[in-house]
Amino acid sequence: METNRLIIVAVGGQGNLLASKVLAEAALLSDTPMRMSEIHGKAQRGGIVESSIVFGDAASPLITDGEADVLLGFEPSETLRALPRCSKNTKIITNIAPLPPFTVAIGLGVYPDIEEMKKIIRQETASLMAFDAMKLAKEAGSPLTMNIVLLGALLKAKGVAFTKGKMEEAIKRVTKPAFTEMNLKAFNLGFAVEA
Amino acid sequence: MHKLLNDSPGEEIMLLGNESIARGAIEAGVAFATTYPGTPSSEISLNLFQMSQETDLYFEYSTNEKVALEVAAASAIAGVRTMCMMKHVGLNVAADPLMTLAYVGIKGGLVILTADDPYMFSSQNEQDNRYYGKLSGLPVLEPSSVQEAKEMTKYAFELSEKVGEPVILRTTTRINHSSAFVSLGDMKKRETKGEFKRDPFKYVTVPAVARNLHVKLLENLDKTLAISEDCEENFIEGDGKFGVICNGVSYLYVSDAIKDLDLKGKIKILRIGLSNPLPGKMIKQFVGSCDKVLIVEEGEPFMEEAVKAFAQEEGIIIPIAGKSEQLFSRLYEYNPGLVREKMASFFGFDYTPATNIDSSKFPEIPQRPPNLCSGCSHRATFYELQAAAREMDIIVPTDIGCYTLGFLPPLNTGDLVICMGASISSACGFSEVTDKKVVPIIGDSTFFHSGITGLVNAVFNNHNLTLIILENGITAMTGHQPHPGVDMDELNFKGYNRISVEKVVRSLGIEHVTLIKPFKVKKSIEQIKEALAFKGVSVIISQEPCAIMLKNLKTRKLRPFKITDKCNNTRDCINSIACPSFFIEDDKVNIDPTTCVGCAVCAQICPENAIVPLKN
Repeated sequence: METNRLIIVAVGGQGNLLASKVLAEAALLSDTPMRMSEIHGKAQRGGIVESSIVFGDAASPLITDGEADVLLGFEPSETLRALPRCSKNTKIITNIAPLPPFTVAIGLGVYPDIEEMKKIIRQETASLMAFDAMKLAKEAGSPLTMNIVLLGALLKAKGVAFTKGKMEEAIKRVTKPAFTEMNLKAFNLGFAVEA
Repeated sequence: MHKLLNDSPGEEIMLLGNESIARGAIEAGVAFATTYPGTPSSEISLNLFQMSQETDLYFEYSTNEKVALEVAAASAIAGVRTMCMMKHVGLNVAADPLMTLAYVGIKGGLVILTADDPYMFSSQNEQDNRYYGKLSGLPVLEPSSVQEAKEMTKYAFELSEKVGEPVILRTTTRINHSSAFVSLGDMKKRETKGEFKRDPFKYVTVPAVARNLHVKLLENLDKTLAISEDCEENFIEGDGKFGVICNGVSYLYVSDAIKDLDLKGKIKILRIGLSNPLPGKMIKQFVGSCDKVLIVEEGEPFMEEAVKAFAQEEGIIIPIAGKSEQLFSRLYEYNPGLVREKMASFFGFDYTPATNIDSSKFPEIPQRPPNLCSGCSHRATFYELQAAAREMDIIVPTDIGCYTLGFLPPLNTGDLVICMGASISSACGFSEVTDKKVVPIIGDSTFFHSGITGLVNAVFNNHNLTLIILENGITAMTGHQPHPGVDMDELNFKGYNRISVEKVVRSLGIEHVTLIKPFKVKKSIEQIKEALAFKGVSVIISQEPCAIMLKNLKTRKLRPFKITDKCNNTRDCINSIACPSFFIEDDKVNIDPTTCVGCAVCAQICPENAIVPLKN
């Protein structure tokens, strides 16, 4: 089985752990081997949360710099920061709604221009899908569904090899029943984004 | 029902490495477990704690790792299967009981889990705890994968009982915090009661007894050696004239490299899972059948030095390498690409590493360090300390917890961190050799862990310092575990007592004790000033519950603040406390109402009185 190496970068609180859980469930439903590795601990304190997910025939749960097949970014400046994890062949899917770190507010840094960031990523990599996932999440009913919007876009960009049905089934199984409908809406809004 | 109590053997579920270890312990019938929390081990204890609420498993959060191991030791000596978990530096704290418990031995299986942290994702050092096995003469087991972590935990209990010694189960962060599908096994019934038979000449380690016990320990080590030579944990895989010896997560990287580089039939692997004592005979045979041997192990050259010594004994003269400038480092963790590259270069195979994107020409990306939370009382206390000490030159030895983050700008509070409890003791030293006022800072959990002894020392030797104890009522950094000062009733746990930080401090005879409410800014500054002016030991206890805990408990209604038109953009708020709820929009400071908890500290600092409650 082909190996597919996916990195998810997010800021604590953006829900990337739940996104990883949905992908794990979809892998289980699709009989796809999967291992993942997460760096925990700083999530609640505004730090960066990174998940490495390896699908297919590989034993390691970790992804070396330059070897990610897909990068899913929950925050644009974090997507840019994670580019050294990618090569020119990496597929990139990113939210473009910014969440500036507090260092910007206290004048220890300047938040990069979104268009400039998109330009750089386009120059450096094979494919970029950049869109305002926060806007779609709000449209789905809650900013908290942004992680699921991004999963819809990830599937649309063929960043994972699951069927749409299996992904939807995974969302139903993993998310809280009260929010399933909203999450499925979010997923479909993400899936409708032009790849 | 807790998901790890699922009684359907054969079912596959996605588990975190730490959950897999907890499940392994449950399958082995663990009946008694102790810990002091520490990343990356914390989820093992959290899961066992949760399961203890619905089963007859006994679990406790002990005061520190030394206490945890001593409590666990008695349980295992009495014949009960016991587990004791900690992070790698925790074993330093528990090293004293570890060394002599090895002499005494155990009856019920005792597994001591140490979670090492190469790269220091959440630790102050990256020490390699395999050496504790060598130092104590105890068996060391090291799993390579999440599934194996469960199997090996189970086996660790068996091995412990077979040799009559505690077993050290050593993991690294990449095992603890990876997830994979794990196949569930049968759960052994828990035996929760043990029996202790008096036998002073076996248990009372006076010199005459200990001399005999050391002989017994070495005999037990020999027993383990025989097992090490012939167990499933140490195995040879594949064939070829080249050999790789590896352990832990490196085994996965090596396996992938052989596949990726298409080297099947050229390189064989000796995977070491039982690494103390190392299987000398097996290693000699393996090395003797190779033209070249590479040792792949994160951390120190633990196996490499031993393998070279074994080769010397056999007179084998082939290249054996591991740590060197061209090959592997003793620093940080490894990864699949690095191992692939080093294997190719050492054995002489062609390989072009992937070229990653060069980010050196990108615009600078602002840093995103972890920060104290919105409404965190530590921020208020640090602001007040800096305000109170404005005219003074102070040294602030700090300690281990969320509050270590106070060293970052703009709070700049924290000048030295060594280990748990060192804030107070190091302050004693500073106060003697410098003429500066020393203000050690410690959290309540860390105070109970190992701060009290330092404070007793400060009082006895009459050092000049002002200790600040941040009493937030929980062990926050590692995920909100209880400690002896926690109000367990409030958290709905019955059968605990609560120890008052204030009473402990006063009981030491400290004259100058001040309680502050850090969200009352002006008053707190005055109180801190007064304490700083005192000569001798003074203590400030800053009392305010952890903001995340309150949020989770939903016991306090959030009352977010906003910035009104009165704001003249002086930005004292952002520049002095940098709460993450602030953000700049159109060059004006704003407050995010979804994250502001309403501590009102910024409102008290604002010179324009421009910050007010959102709803009044």
